[in-house]
Amino acid sequence: MQAIPLIFILSIVLFVLMQNIGDPLATLGGRTVTRAEDRKRLARQLGLDQPVLVQYVYWLAGNDWTKIDMNGDGIPETPGTRKGVLRGDFGTSLTERRPALDVIGDRLPNTLLLMLMAEFVIVAGSLLLGIYSALRQYSFFDNLVTGISFVGYSLPIFFVALVSVYIFSVNFQRWGLPHLPPNGMFDPNVGETVGQVLVHLILPVFSIAFISFAAYSRYIRSTMLEVLSQDYIRTARSKGLTRRNILFVHALKNASLPIVTIVGLDLPLLLGGAVVTERIFAWPGMGRLFLDGVSRGDTPVVMGILMIIAVAVVFFQIVTDLVYAWLDPRIRYG
Amino acid sequence: MDSATSVARLVPDELEAPPLSLRELVWRRFRRHKMAIFGLVMLVALLAYAFVPSFFISEDYANHTDTSLRLHAPSADHPFGTDTVGRDILARTIYGGQISIIIGLTAAILEVLAGVLIGAMAGYYGGLLDSLLMRFTEAMLNIPQIFLLIVMAKFFASGIPNIEFLGREYSGSVVVIVLIIGLTSWPYLARIVRAEFLSLKEREFVLAARATGTPTRQIIFGHILPNCIAPIVVTATLGVANAITLEAYISFLGMGVRAPTATWGNMLENANNYIESAAWLWFFPGLLIVLTVLSINFLGDGLRDALDPRSRTL
Repeated sequence: MQAIPLIFILSIVLFVLMQNIGDPLATLGGRTVTRAEDRKRLARQLGLDQPVLVQYVYWLAGNDWTKIDMNGDGIPETPGTRKGVLRGDFGTSLTERRPALDVIGDRLPNTLLLMLMAEFVIVAGSLLLGIYSALRQYSFFDNLVTGISFVGYSLPIFFVALVSVYIFSVNFQRWGLPHLPPNGMFDPNVGETVGQVLVHLILPVFSIAFISFAAYSRYIRSTMLEVLSQDYIRTARSKGLTRRNILFVHALKNASLPIVTIVGLDLPLLLGGAVVTERIFAWPGMGRLFLDGVSRGDTPVVMGILMIIAVAVVFFQIVTDLVYAWLDPRIRYG
Repeated sequence: MDSATSVARLVPDELEAPPLSLRELVWRRFRRHKMAIFGLVMLVALLAYAFVPSFFISEDYANHTDTSLRLHAPSADHPFGTDTVGRDILARTIYGGQISIIIGLTAAILEVLAGVLIGAMAGYYGGLLDSLLMRFTEAMLNIPQIFLLIVMAKFFASGIPNIEFLGREYSGSVVVIVLIIGLTSWPYLARIVRAEFLSLKEREFVLAARATGTPTRQIIFGHILPNCIAPIVVTATLGVANAITLEAYISFLGMGVRAPTATWGNMLENANNYIESAAWLWFFPGLLIVLTVLSINFLGDGLRDALDPRSRTL
């Protein structure tokens, strides 16, 4: 919770950095060169002529409590309309002339879809792998999983993505096999159907999951091993409970505690990790919006995305703590 | 492992041998770690790959463009093929490797300097300084590093002059990339160092040092710091791999090191436009990044085990 005021301190730094990135006015005129007086007028109307700190205050707290100069005579006369981030107004996207929150909101579901699918595959897959290798510790399978996950952990996502597109999309097509689409979210000729989106999800989800399996399954394996050697497991076994019952009711609930932590901490990071993935797979999500925003100098959108992610990190930390307390009744937050 | 069995396994002359220094102890444990040795060997091979051939192949050749040769598949003349402007990819992976490895090393050094300094200050002095530094650290950790990197890379992107160093000309963006990676990587290390300092500063040897009037700077750097060298070494090692990957990420996004200087990362720029038509364009630099990161991670894992004071295996 203490982190929230600090996010705003960090936001000053980011805001100032954003001021020197690109020229938002250059992209506004489209292909025609903007005339000097138009530039001046535009900058005034968008509030870009103000000193950085004034712009920051308007961004943070709005400007409806003051008057701004719209006609350029040096006397502020028009009351401001912006409410500021603190009251939920992220400003207007400089390039799209729509509220930044709407622009982000259009893309956010796509990113969430990708990330939640990936997280689901990661957790389900690594639970299977982790539990199986814990039950057969030091077996061939266990060593194989260990080896592969170590390699997967070291792979940069673009390499996994490029190789998987090369194999499953390009070469499968070449060999006449059913192949997966290399990019996009749906085939424009077919339209945005559930089936299309699912097919287009496979490769990006696989790429994200492949590099994350490692950490997760190792984690699950070690906590399962620890839990399985506990006294209460022996008790459960001596009571004659079925193996399945012991494994999934008694052991897994306790072993899942640390997993909740990494999922809670990773979810918002996955939101951010989408930048590269979305670029490779041309996925119309928030990461690509961020890259576009940075290259066009669209401060409201870029700052909006950064703030949403920062708040998501804090939010998930709190949720993680709550889930933790629910799973482990010994933990009490006073 | 309990002590009874490990003593029983010692042969007599090992028992009579003088006690091992920390370095000997660590090396003994390290060389038992097969994967770590494998990582070390592979890393030496990769270093040789990046640095030795520069005696035979000139950098001018690596940067030589010949549009009549663009996008040629691997052949005898160009074993790794040529890129979009006809440069030899083999030569570029060699010179690019040098820059990538140097970026990794210097960014990791920067990370360690910043992380140790901030962590040590926060942990040793405590109080207001500690809460200020740690709140800032947490705020940094709340925004994924890649976002910070993109904003900073874009901020510093314009108008960087080329620099001359050791008779070669580099794109000034190399320095920028090193700086921004180093300056966004330290928070994790700072937290580790702070935690170590918090517990170590309460120990008797620190009290003794203070009682004998040792200057604070010497207590911090001479007495406490050597005791938390293990996590620092491990983080620094993994930091090199991390910096190489990050350089590749931002270069891949087109905000990395500028031409003419090659890096493994910027050879991947726009690679996703050539997945199908020119796989050699991205495969070789990508593979080299993977191998380097993999071997550094193996090395770091071995170091972690070898430096862990709780691991008693000799």
